[in-house]
Amino acid sequence: MKIKGMCVKMPQVFDIQKYSIHDGDGIRTSIFFQGCPLRCAWCHNPESQQKKPQLLWNREKCTGCGWCAGVCPQKAITMEQGVPVLDRDACIGCGKCVMECLESARAVSGERKSVRELLEAGEKDRVFYEESGGGVTLSGGEVMTAEPFEEVVELCRGFFEKGISVFIDTSGFASWERFERILPYVTAFLYDIKAVNPETHQKWIGVDNRLILENLRKLSAAGADIRLRLPLVSGINDSREEIEAVLQLLQSGIHVRKIHLLPYHDIGKNKYARLDRSYDEAALAPPTPEHLEELAEILRQTGVPVVIGG
Amino acid sequence: MAAQTATITQQPKEIHGMNDRVRRLREESLNTQPRIYMERAVLETEAYEKYEGTVSAPELRALTLLHYFSHKKISIHRGELIVGEKGDGPQSSPTFPELCCHTLEDMHVMNDRELINFKVTEEDLKIQEEKIIPFWEKRSIRRRILNNMTDEWKTAYECGIFTEFMEQRGPGHTVGSEKIYLKGFREYQQDIHKAMEALDVLHDPNALRRREQLKAMDTACEAVIVLGQRYGALAREMAETETDPQWKADLLKIAENCDVVPAHKPQTFHQALQMYWFVHLAVTSELNPWDSYSPGRLDQHVYPFYRRDTEAGILTREGALELLECLWVKFNNQPAPPKVGITLKESGTYTDFANINTGGISPDGTNGVNDVSYLILDCMDDMKLLQPSSNVQISRKTSQKFLLRACEISRKGWGQPAFYNTEAIVQELLAAGKTLEDARRGGTSGCVETGAFGNEAYILTGYFNLPKILELTLYNGYDHVAHKQLGLKLGNAEDFHSYEELLDAFQKQIDYFLDIKVKGSNIIEKIYAEYMPVPFLSVITNDCISKGMDYNAGGARYNTSYIQGVGIGTVTDCLSAIKYQVFDQKRFTLPELTDAMLHDFEGQPRMLKLVQEHSPKYGNDDDYADDIMKSVFEYYQKAVTGRPNMRGGMYRVNMLPTTCHVYFGEVMLASANGRRAHKPVSEGISPEKGADVNGPTAVVKSCSKMDHLKTGGTLLNQKFTPSVVAGEQGLQQMANLIRAYFAMDGHHIQFNVIDRQTLLDAQAHPEEYKDLIVRVAGYSDHFRNLSRALQDEIIARTEQSFS
Repeated sequence: MKIKGMCVKMPQVFDIQKYSIHDGDGIRTSIFFQGCPLRCAWCHNPESQQKKPQLLWNREKCTGCGWCAGVCPQKAITMEQGVPVLDRDACIGCGKCVMECLESARAVSGERKSVRELLEAGEKDRVFYEESGGGVTLSGGEVMTAEPFEEVVELCRGFFEKGISVFIDTSGFASWERFERILPYVTAFLYDIKAVNPETHQKWIGVDNRLILENLRKLSAAGADIRLRLPLVSGINDSREEIEAVLQLLQSGIHVRKIHLLPYHDIGKNKYARLDRSYDEAALAPPTPEHLEELAEILRQTGVPVVIGG
Repeated sequence: MAAQTATITQQPKEIHGMNDRVRRLREESLNTQPRIYMERAVLETEAYEKYEGTVSAPELRALTLLHYFSHKKISIHRGELIVGEKGDGPQSSPTFPELCCHTLEDMHVMNDRELINFKVTEEDLKIQEEKIIPFWEKRSIRRRILNNMTDEWKTAYECGIFTEFMEQRGPGHTVGSEKIYLKGFREYQQDIHKAMEALDVLHDPNALRRREQLKAMDTACEAVIVLGQRYGALAREMAETETDPQWKADLLKIAENCDVVPAHKPQTFHQALQMYWFVHLAVTSELNPWDSYSPGRLDQHVYPFYRRDTEAGILTREGALELLECLWVKFNNQPAPPKVGITLKESGTYTDFANINTGGISPDGTNGVNDVSYLILDCMDDMKLLQPSSNVQISRKTSQKFLLRACEISRKGWGQPAFYNTEAIVQELLAAGKTLEDARRGGTSGCVETGAFGNEAYILTGYFNLPKILELTLYNGYDHVAHKQLGLKLGNAEDFHSYEELLDAFQKQIDYFLDIKVKGSNIIEKIYAEYMPVPFLSVITNDCISKGMDYNAGGARYNTSYIQGVGIGTVTDCLSAIKYQVFDQKRFTLPELTDAMLHDFEGQPRMLKLVQEHSPKYGNDDDYADDIMKSVFEYYQKAVTGRPNMRGGMYRVNMLPTTCHVYFGEVMLASANGRRAHKPVSEGISPEKGADVNGPTAVVKSCSKMDHLKTGGTLLNQKFTPSVVAGEQGLQQMANLIRAYFAMDGHHIQFNVIDRQTLLDAQAHPEEYKDLIVRVAGYSDHFRNLSRALQDEIIARTEQSFS
């Protein structure tokens, strides 16, 4: 497996989480793909945004012993006033410093995994899927933009052929051609709408939302099982107007099976510091439970079940 | 992508008990300080002074029980609907000097110790000194056992290689069948008389022994009948002067019940429960079996009475619940009699291990859940008591509704019910030679141990410290904690040139210590058979009457001796770290590792890190480690299973620890997996704490690679934070996790659903958390009663939290 050419062909995965019970039906194994074209201000997996592996460093645990700087094959770590400073451009995410850190202050996010390895990992929990109506969920990052996509298609087909259900957890920001290619093998899509209002979307997500809305419409037309997921952040995308726009969208001939309202949470905030990044915590807050209920009520006009949470 | 964490909102102050009567009885049970009750020892001494030397051993034991039940002071406490107790009120515990004659120092320790204490009065001490010690000191079974053990046995025992269950307590695992609801003790006496008449004195050299045994059984029946009559008379007498009309009516009902049971078979639901309770009292007053006594399949046994009474309009669902709750209080009122020394360490709890299996299947193989099964779930949920240990058997035939109701209670986080796999139990029993019908009537008792209820004496003989034996193997059999040569001299670390050589030596040491253990147990079994028969228990255990043979001598239909393996998680991770780091990766040598272990890894942080965090660990569905677990388990299982015991049966294994994994850790150096010196080893078949990092599905996958069906029970403790089991999803998937584990033949799983902060706070402020119960290892206990080390362990156990 260490043939150089082959390694490059493998997609980058940053986590495999078993007993996922809030990402689709039943007990699932979620495979998280590294890399995302979006830049949501509230992203709780910031380590997944870049395509290349990311080194996370926990300042609280670090004793400043400097061992990591000594073992780094890229010489990407320098000690400055007793603190290891990482040159993130030079770091290749090899994990050597992680292995050597006595305090477990370092971790690496992102590892190349072959389709075979991923199929094996997914198959391990088959007995739980069969008892619970579960399966695997491909998530991210953004699985639909993972490279090489051929491998993602192979993975979906592989699970399909094993009789294991595949859910795709996506932002929808990828070419329609990619959706078409995996459609035959996918049980359901967990499809995010961050904002219908184009300005809001551009401002907080960093990209235009036309492609996302188009793909949603096409998936619906193709008869896909769609579970719409709306991450909601107070004062940003949780206005009545915004939700009424979602309602209109759904009433314009888009069929979804279920709607999930996902209130913002700040679990991911400590990861920013570990990536040497800042995080605008003050701007972000969840909607109140009462407001969430109000929004849920609006969407219930579609006749589709609306739940708060995953 | 977003996955939300949910939280469970804090409940308001909980009320337990369906009405004022039950609430008051429950409060009294919880708020009473456990204490010593001397009257049993005094009356027993009187009986021995009167009869010893004039009658056979079984008759002496039966006459002692009769004397005790004829003269013990009895009382009925206001409000109770089920009567009778071992002592003279809630939390009053008799002593058993015939088993273990406590010294005055023992009694001071019991009184003064911080945990699991029993108040001892000056008067008690005086009685002990003047009457009990002079008579029993040289007669106790404990003394007889220790006098008969070899030096090897004593040294291994003292150094924590194994423990011995019968050193202070009688042989246990005594679970009831449906017979006591179909037959009164007058009818049992008729069976006994027939068996006596059928004795073949012309040909049977054991005819005299059998006659003595049967005479003793007859007397034992008389003893429990006398006790019932006395309670009936007392209730009637109290009713005569009682002015409160409700209590007066209750007393008359009690009197009416005691006119029927235990002499005759019960006629009503109420009488059925009272019948059980008299039997429970007789078994646990006759001797102190280590797991008291259990009703077994209570829901199935009493359901016919429930149906008849409710159809006849003399019982409502609420009425039945009230009676069950009164029975639950009775269980909780009886602490396990005081233990000392190593026995206290292996089982540091007030819990007396009465265990009720609800659900499962019927003897005909159909779904066994009935209306009483749901009533029992309501009762355990409502009462939230440690005793009895209330558990469910889940079969493929069990409805999802029943399973979800049980999960709903379990996720509240106080440890009950635990879940047992009916199909696994049946197959384990079949594999051990039971008939299909006896297997279906069976279940688990104690913590998780499989038995053919009513038909089997399945005796736990002691815990076996697998990680310690590996430690000795690494140091040429020398114990660096006790500074003694304990094991065989098979070489030091530098002499093992491959993993296989080490494994081979480890296996030889296992065999060596098993031989010592089994030799000891065989002697101990004979001591009980000869000197400490249990005629009452023999009456209610099938085949003892027809064989004219005591329960302790092999009278039961089936006779198993269990040796409980402890620390499979720790020993697996140790071998895995050695195999991976020393022999595969060659990161350091075995002598370097054993030297570091000797110094608790002081000055070896890098080596510690490698073994702790970068070696394959059991509990992650990783075949590298799990294959090692399988090889150790299979070796141990084969080394034990099939050895003959002295009661016509054989030895088998289970994998459970009670609190012994803490004690077994105390006697150990640091271990090769990075477990620090004297810290607890892993418990049951659960992974070493902190070793499982891939969530519950990986844990149960790893655990299911052990062949549970070759054991007599395994114990898996899975701790969840509340968020994982919150909401409809959490509940459904908890049920599915159980179903999946059971589909893979997992024997048992139990859940602790508590958050870390709560535990830390409870550790700091025990007085504020008197209610906090955790499931430790097959049983539940109050968190405040646990040793600091065990509290720490529960806090440190990997929490399965997912965002």
